[in-house]
Amino acid sequence: MKRRQVEEAIFKFIMVCSFLLVASSLGLILFTVIVKGLPSLNWAMLTQTPKGGYYLGKEGGILNAIVGSIYLAGGGTLLALLLGLPIALYLGVYSRKSRISDWVRLSLDVLWGVPSIVYGAFGFILMLAMGMRASLLGGIITLALLELPIMTRAMDEVIRMMPRDLEQASLALGATRMETAIHVVIRQTLPGIITAILLAFGRGIGDAASVLFTAGYTDRLPSGLLRPVASLPLAVFFQLGTPFPEVQQRAYSAALVLTFIVLIISLGSRWLSSRLSRFALK
Amino acid sequence: MNNSKTAWFKTFYNQIRSLLTLSRGGKERFTEKLFLSISLLPVLLIVLLVVALWLRTQPILETQSIWSLLLGQTWHPIKSQFGFLPFIAGTMWVTIVAMVFAVPVCLLSAIYLSEYARASMRMIMKPLLDLLAAIPSVVYGVWGMLAIVPWVQNTFAPFMNKCFSYIPFFAVNNPTGFGIMAGGLVLAVMVAPFIIAITYEVLQAVPTGLRQASLAVGATQWETIKYIVMRQSLPGVIAGVVLGASRALGETMAVLMVVGNVAHMPTSIFDAAYPLPALIANNYGEMLTIPLYDAALMGAALILLLVVLVFNILSTLILRRIVRRSRR
Amino acid sequence: MDSHVQTIDLNAFYGNTAALKNVNLEFPKRQITVIMGPSGCGKTTLLKTINRFLELTDGTRISGKVLIDGENIYAPNVDVTEIRKKAGLLAQRPYPLPMSIYDNVAYGLRIHNMKRGHDLDNAVEHHLREAGLWDEVKDRLRSPATGLSIGQQQRLCLARGLAVEPEMLLGDEPTSALDPISAQRIEQRLLDLKNEYTIVLVTHILRQAKRLADYVVFMYLGEVVECGPAQQVFENPQQERTRAYLEGQF
Repeated sequence: MKRRQVEEAIFKFIMVCSFLLVASSLGLILFTVIVKGLPSLNWAMLTQTPKGGYYLGKEGGILNAIVGSIYLAGGGTLLALLLGLPIALYLGVYSRKSRISDWVRLSLDVLWGVPSIVYGAFGFILMLAMGMRASLLGGIITLALLELPIMTRAMDEVIRMMPRDLEQASLALGATRMETAIHVVIRQTLPGIITAILLAFGRGIGDAASVLFTAGYTDRLPSGLLRPVASLPLAVFFQLGTPFPEVQQRAYSAALVLTFIVLIISLGSRWLSSRLSRFALK
Repeated sequence: MNNSKTAWFKTFYNQIRSLLTLSRGGKERFTEKLFLSISLLPVLLIVLLVVALWLRTQPILETQSIWSLLLGQTWHPIKSQFGFLPFIAGTMWVTIVAMVFAVPVCLLSAIYLSEYARASMRMIMKPLLDLLAAIPSVVYGVWGMLAIVPWVQNTFAPFMNKCFSYIPFFAVNNPTGFGIMAGGLVLAVMVAPFIIAITYEVLQAVPTGLRQASLAVGATQWETIKYIVMRQSLPGVIAGVVLGASRALGETMAVLMVVGNVAHMPTSIFDAAYPLPALIANNYGEMLTIPLYDAALMGAALILLLVVLVFNILSTLILRRIVRRSRR
Repeated sequence: MDSHVQTIDLNAFYGNTAALKNVNLEFPKRQITVIMGPSGCGKTTLLKTINRFLELTDGTRISGKVLIDGENIYAPNVDVTEIRKKAGLLAQRPYPLPMSIYDNVAYGLRIHNMKRGHDLDNAVEHHLREAGLWDEVKDRLRSPATGLSIGQQQRLCLARGLAVEPEMLLGDEPTSALDPISAQRIEQRLLDLKNEYTIVLVTHILRQAKRLADYVVFMYLGEVVECGPAQQVFENPQQERTRAYLEGQF
């Protein structure tokens, strides 16, 4: 073999190694979390709220955090959908290529990269301005802001991929653009829209830095929009901060639960979108 | 009082009624306006983020100059001394270490996937990167504490200490393992799926004909990549790396959990550091109890936001031009 | 007839679809052979088997042999880059490399380490003249190649291909993206170059085929329907399908 071919072979080898390194880090993360989290994971942990002395290693579970996280991410996703779907439809149906849609897309892309701690700080300022305290509502609003760009851009991409003829056929039949948007575009892109919603939900449920400021923490189940609420990422974080090994063990289990939820959502959305796409017109 | 309330209610009621009885064309015009105004929210939100943080930072800017804040090295909230420099330096150290590890590995992986891998391999890649990107940052933090920190402490730091301790950069003055190195490694893994995905897109945007033009004169595939594909996609690759860096510098929880959180100027990659996001997250509880503390923390958030905005706007514009060119 | 390239029982597949079926052909040395036929008939696929470009597409498969000077280029242990160096390519659209005009022509020479220093300058000039581009670019050799007009770009690609001293030129509808005047220039270059190179040209323009061809291959649905000297095929086609095509019935 000549020098040129040898060089190519060497670099190809390094490339495969790099790729395997990235791929194996995923495996390593899952392995670590499962091995450390599984031993102290039990039924009580999933079905009970913390009892007295829980943070010293006594009885109880993290039900408050699981339910709280679902409320937070669910509410945030719903609010983001309420704003995101109209934006995506506006970008996809009303104004495909215009200066306005360029600006909107650019700002969504930029917002997507804004760190969640900044959203947290902003949410905190909003709450102070409205005279609110750390609460479910505050968390939901902050998460909605965080999820909005992710969800909207994902939906926008799907709607843009849709064949234009379908939309034009509907318009040609005399449908207004709103009717087209609802009857044709949404139905046609439903799998993609659901994937976008789940993607945003997954991002929301895993985010800690934004709810740290705005949602607070409590050992009780969520009891109202204006009351503080617990969340899984913070449950992991706070329990790790205690000096007791038993409690730290539980933090690992909470991390496992969180990872499990996020992976189920990620894999589920993939499965769901492949199932649903059979019903769309090809 | 009561009268005006009923009047207001009546107009509101009439508005709703007229909306429900609108013709199709009227509804169409109304929804278009409604959708347009919702669509302007993201633009507005960026402005709001900057303005809100700016206003909350004002109190501290009235007492101290911006330079004494940015370049000050002492952090003593109770004495109203707020020097951001150690935190800015910490952010930069961690981000740079993360990029040093992430960029070569990510570039090579993306090149492999885009230029050499079979279609079946690419099919596996997408869900794999999605999964890696979906893992919450707290979980990365847990992994960092359980796997990376002990590895740095027991294996990597002693090794570097033995071989390179004469270089101050690699000196090990911190035996815990919690520090810039651990933070950088965790961050590198976190931003990897992100950088790979963008770089892959950028490489795919290079026209096939260009690759073939190089192959046709007898270049090997690697030479084609080295001289043609990389040159053509360089702006996009840089944009992707910058986006990745801006991700890294805003990342909070995972870094906070492994980086040590000591407010000083780091001198070695094994020192502890205290990046800006960690500063904000760690002290939000007491920030309203000490005067100007909240303004200082909001200032930290503002610094982060502005840097990230500049990075993101520039690289998004570059990437957009590349993708548009390839779609044409 | 002195054949330069020969195909023996050549079959090519995209997945499970056959794109070439039992192609047995000879391409004569230092002549222009034109491959024509309706779109999708396998002309480009046939061309791509000669410089082993077909394997760049996922899911393609080949059986049979392609001989260049009697050697099978699909034999194991053949260096693909050497094969490709022997056959210059003119693609449907010019693809100037993202570098200067000079570096475009020098690219192959540098990769194969063929020339350096003053020799390189001379070689670049020589091949730019060969492609009929020298006078237009001699004052701006260092400016980016993308600044040239599309017709000039195609001639630059020709110079780039000639620079590595190939034995043949493969043209895949090389004038299809060009304006008539640029196209005519390329045609003229090809006629001039056929004294030194074996030229294989794919085209769907019948008049171009008539202007350039010494030999003609007519393909339809992956099969060679008819081949032979240009005059014979054009004036007295033996096959009904060839006649129909020449009369514009496809």
